Amino acid sequence: MSDHARTLPGAGDGGRTPSDDTSRPANGPARHGGWPLWEVFVRPRRGLAHHHVGSLHAPDAELALRNARDLYTRRQEGVSIWVVPAAAITASSPDEKDAFFDPAADKVYRHPTFYEVPEGAPHL
Amino acid sequence: MDHLLALGDDALVAAQRLGEWVAAAPELEEDIALANIALDQLGAARMLLTYAGELEGAGRDEDALAYLRDDREFRNCLLVELPNGDFAVTMAKLLFLAAYQLPLYTALSGCADERLAAIAGKARKEVAYHLDHARLWTLRLGDGTAESHRRMQSAVDEIWPYTHELFQPDPTAPVDPAGLRAEFLAIVEPVLAEATLTRPADGWAPEGGRRGLHTEHLSYLLAEMQVLHRAHPGARW
Amino acid sequence: MHGHHSPVPGDGPASGLLDQVEEAEAALRAAAERGRPGAPDGHAVDADPQEYFTALIEADQKIEPRDWMPDAYRRTLIRQIAQHAHSEIIGMQPEGNWITRAPSLKRKAILLAKVQDEAGHGLYLYAAAETLGVSRDELVELLLAGRQKYSSIFNYPTLTWADVGAIGWLVDGAAIVNQVPLCRCSYGPYARAMIRICKEESFHQRQGFEILYTLAHGTPAQRQMAQDAVDRWWYPSLAMFGPPDRDSVHSAQSMAWKIKRFSNDELRQRFVDMCVPQAEVLGLRIPDPNLRWNPERQSYDFTPPDYAELMRVISGDGPCNRQRMARRRRAHTEGAWVREAAAAYAAKRAGRGPAATRPAARDGRAAA
Repeated sequence: MSDHARTLPGAGDGGRTPSDDTSRPANGPARHGGWPLWEVFVRPRRGLAHHHVGSLHAPDAELALRNARDLYTRRQEGVSIWVVPAAAITASSPDEKDAFFDPAADKVYRHPTFYEVPEGAPHL
Repeated sequence: MDHLLALGDDALVAAQRLGEWVAAAPELEEDIALANIALDQLGAARMLLTYAGELEGAGRDEDALAYLRDDREFRNCLLVELPNGDFAVTMAKLLFLAAYQLPLYTALSGCADERLAAIAGKARKEVAYHLDHARLWTLRLGDGTAESHRRMQSAVDEIWPYTHELFQPDPTAPVDPAGLRAEFLAIVEPVLAEATLTRPADGWAPEGGRRGLHTEHLSYLLAEMQVLHRAHPGARW
Repeated sequence: MHGHHSPVPGDGPASGLLDQVEEAEAALRAAAERGRPGAPDGHAVDADPQEYFTALIEADQKIEPRDWMPDAYRRTLIRQIAQHAHSEIIGMQPEGNWITRAPSLKRKAILLAKVQDEAGHGLYLYAAAETLGVSRDELVELLLAGRQKYSSIFNYPTLTWADVGAIGWLVDGAAIVNQVPLCRCSYGPYARAMIRICKEESFHQRQGFEILYTLAHGTPAQRQMAQDAVDRWWYPSLAMFGPPDRDSVHSAQSMAWKIKRFSNDELRQRFVDMCVPQAEVLGLRIPDPNLRWNPERQSYDFTPPDYAELMRVISGDGPCNRQRMARRRRAHTEGAWVREAAAAYAAKRAGRGPAATRPAARDGRAAA
């Protein structure tokens, strides 16, 4: 649980409670015994940079990589995939210079998923 | 064409069993992985059965071979027709099947039959992934919790006897499976050891699939697979 | 089946809708190029968060996960995205029911790939919901506890192979009509997920259409099977758009927030207008004696679905509600030991937890 501490229903004042993600091992089990969240980056072709394509749950990096292949590249060969524990990402806010965001409040956020996938990305 | 039927029926029946997992896997990500493996096996089966039908020259296509043969005419090994059991049994079946198919397809990809070599070349890459998937899960279940260890050991013990049939000699085939058992063991034994699992002793070695003598399970599997196709003779779908 | 082509116009029945998906994606990029209101140089805007949020929405800019947003906006999105994700997952069951009996190997492969896509789309949507600060585990628990809904359509049974075709044509068709406007939803992760899903689903409706076309042009028994399926799925598909506008609870606020772009009745009409010519191509009859072109409205008049039935199904008394939920619960429960094993293995490998201990099965004790 990360982003919601500030703005989840019931959080009320929109305060800046520290995320409990920050106190959790990066790839340790999430609450409810579930698997942690991973962000997936794919290089669709040689010569192109890795781009964020989405996220998934997996118990560890090895399976995260396999799951990423199955979910985000399906049958394509030759692509390069990175998986990163979502909890290991430190983020700024989209409008971080805005006055109502305190720069010191930057913390792990969950995942701005589904960024655009570059042209020629697998199966899109 | 019997060796093609053996390959094709192994793949078809394996795909059919994996298809039973849809919407029942332990996690959604695994639903997707199992479906991928099923699709690979099904794809290989279609190419192999199509080729077998052409070699036979009696006008039978992939569907005629898949849907209109009885269990006594199927040439798959017994291992693939065994019920899915729990996830540990399914992973044990997949580990042993892939550890057999990988060296087999690798050898076939260099065989004189160019059409078969091309099919095997494609399937080899897919099977390497299946092996990897089964290996990862065997390690996690074997060396996970006490319950998962117990289940995985039980699954390995249950399936192991059926691995012997895979290496029955077939001197007429382009690649004689009898020569592949050493490679199979070289793949499987380190996985079992790393997973803290005991490699079962060799002993009982049920067989018969390659001659059309199956377990009681296959007839039920085919009844389900073939019911609709057979209910509408000659129909197109 | 190779060489057997049904006369699907263009890229399929949904080709016009796919153009709209492309347009939505172009609009998303254009909005990103324009930048946010009141900050042409990218510097701080000393604004009230509520006003700033409203300004973003009015400027057709996307709201992103870490932006301030009203609690009700967040709640509405979580409810809607979760319901959408649950629908993808429960929706695997009625079609999955026919994977083992698909009548040709080609159809079996296509159906497997399609049901697999649905699992993938469920995952995309759960991930989009998670950006709002709720975990997938929590959402799954809410589903299993019956506290969140999924689309009522999946509580109807697939009795014949033609039902797989009818689901593809009608249910996926209705879903696409519903989803295409969501590609322009004001919440960025949801809009992007929908763009991706709509593109991937274009083949779903096509495969359903092809199944029905083949059956409708097959043997008399096949043709009857196809008509029977359309007869049973037509009204439940119309009901997928929800209650009529006069009874719709959430619509007005969702429209103001640009979560929703069209009303239930508008989308339902669009779906009917799309289906009628397609049914003619199929050679199948839409089971509505009152269906006729209205030149004044430039749309078809049609009999509305039985909304009382819709409410009964939503509240749990459809033909398959119990069965669908039981299957989902069973998969979840029976998979628990696998998920725990993987988590335990990961913890050992990471050097945490009881790293040195081997599984207790060693000494013959059963697992806890």
